[in-house]
Amino acid sequence: MVNNSEQFHLVDITTGIHEWLYANLSSGLALTAELLLVAVSMITLVVVTAIIMVYMERKVAAFMQIRLGPNRVGFWGTLQAVADVLKLMMKEIVTPKAADRFLFALAPFLVTAVSFMALAPISFAPGIQLWDVNIGVLYISAVTSIGVIGVLMAGWSSNNKYSLLGAMRSGAQIVSYELSAGLSVLAIVVMVGSLSVNDIVVSQANGWWIFKGHIPAIIAFVIFIIASTAELNRAPFDLAEAESELTAGFHTEYSGMKFAMFFLSEYTNMFVACMLGATLFLGGWQPFYIGGLDGFNHVMDFIPGIIWFFGKTFSLVFLIMWFRWTFPRLRIDQLLKLEWKYLLPISIVNVLIAAFITLAGWHF
Amino acid sequence: MALLNFKSTMKAIYNYCRNVINAFISLINGMRVTGYYISHPKQILTQQYPNNRATLYIPERFKGRVILPHDENNEHKCTGCSICQMSCPNGSITILTVTEELPDGKKKKRLDRWEYNHGMCTLCNLCIESCPSDAIKMENHFEFAVYDRKNLIYDLNKPGSKLKEKSE
Repeated sequence: MVNNSEQFHLVDITTGIHEWLYANLSSGLALTAELLLVAVSMITLVVVTAIIMVYMERKVAAFMQIRLGPNRVGFWGTLQAVADVLKLMMKEIVTPKAADRFLFALAPFLVTAVSFMALAPISFAPGIQLWDVNIGVLYISAVTSIGVIGVLMAGWSSNNKYSLLGAMRSGAQIVSYELSAGLSVLAIVVMVGSLSVNDIVVSQANGWWIFKGHIPAIIAFVIFIIASTAELNRAPFDLAEAESELTAGFHTEYSGMKFAMFFLSEYTNMFVACMLGATLFLGGWQPFYIGGLDGFNHVMDFIPGIIWFFGKTFSLVFLIMWFRWTFPRLRIDQLLKLEWKYLLPISIVNVLIAAFITLAGWHF
Repeated sequence: MALLNFKSTMKAIYNYCRNVINAFISLINGMRVTGYYISHPKQILTQQYPNNRATLYIPERFKGRVILPHDENNEHKCTGCSICQMSCPNGSITILTVTEELPDGKKKKRLDRWEYNHGMCTLCNLCIESCPSDAIKMENHFEFAVYDRKNLIYDLNKPGSKLKEKSE
């Protein structure tokens, strides 16, 4: 990557803040201040992206179904999501009489905390990473699968048959699809030779893995998108919610802000999955280069890394939304058949091919 | 035997791969349809009703309320046979006829009042289908709110209207 001084780097701002804090405060206080700043910025990021994604989802859904979507609150309905959040904040939080009150209260917080935890090793821009851990990808796939405990907790504690059925289905689904999601991630990890998110992004400076990884990378990308859609419990894999048969699945009994937290975590999980997909296959914050076209590559360099990263993430989000509003839902047996008969064998063979290509040195 | 096994195995593998490829083709076909809609906003069917009241488009086949079309000579096609009244499932049609004596001494029934209770009508279209002379049809209009349901009872034939003479 060409490092021009006139290029915008987000890391300059964060280093400036870091140096100013350590120059003016004692080291313990400066660390606390930095942690607070990071927490506030992460919460802001998640809430803002969730609001953008809710609006985007409704508009994408509407346009795909030849409708207009929300268009009354604010310009073209842009404030609709804000109005919905306000409504949810003011609603009463009802707890069923026979519910397990402790678990019922804990579940939404657990689910939300898990989706926040998965943000830690993501590299947003050159140098902007909360935690540069050397097992970043493993950490993300481990942490995101904890979310199913929160879902099971919510379903069990609601003391409602629909909730329990939804939670059980969600458990079966996440446990099954975790395998092929992990194996498709593994195909890229084999090629990079590192689990660190930063290494994976840096290794794509001369081309994204989806281009230079040949067929295994493309197959891994397709499987990753399918498996992560299933892990997110989104349509066409929305058996845990199943509006038509289980009212709302595991969060039937939740209302007000607790429901909003499930909703928030759902969108955060989607965002995390898309960020992981962008990091692994689409080069993270690396710009798009075409070999030989120096002028074009120079223009691409001027677009900051953070814009590249969020652009890629949101195009994956759009792809997943496109799936939701196009494909018919799967039945539970079809869902498990798809995973165990198709995705898992294909991804195992795919990892083998990826390993062979890496050993033979055929990737660029 | 070994050859047979090999053959059937190859066939199973072929079927498996064909399933996967066919599934992807059908999914991509579906995505092409929705992709076409999202990239062509002119296809949107939604009408922003109170705002576009002047330019509102209502499809031909919209079923509003029953009307009895009159031509420019104030003539309609209803013969007063009251088949529509008999076919109406909820009795929202009452046909009142008078019998007139023609100059040549024959007696003939003539439509006096075509009473239509819109408040009871389910817009089922049975009267229009059963009408032997195609005299009635459904109107292309939907704003019928009134403050009293008595106002929903309409006389469909205009005062002074008469049966249109057949051309032959």
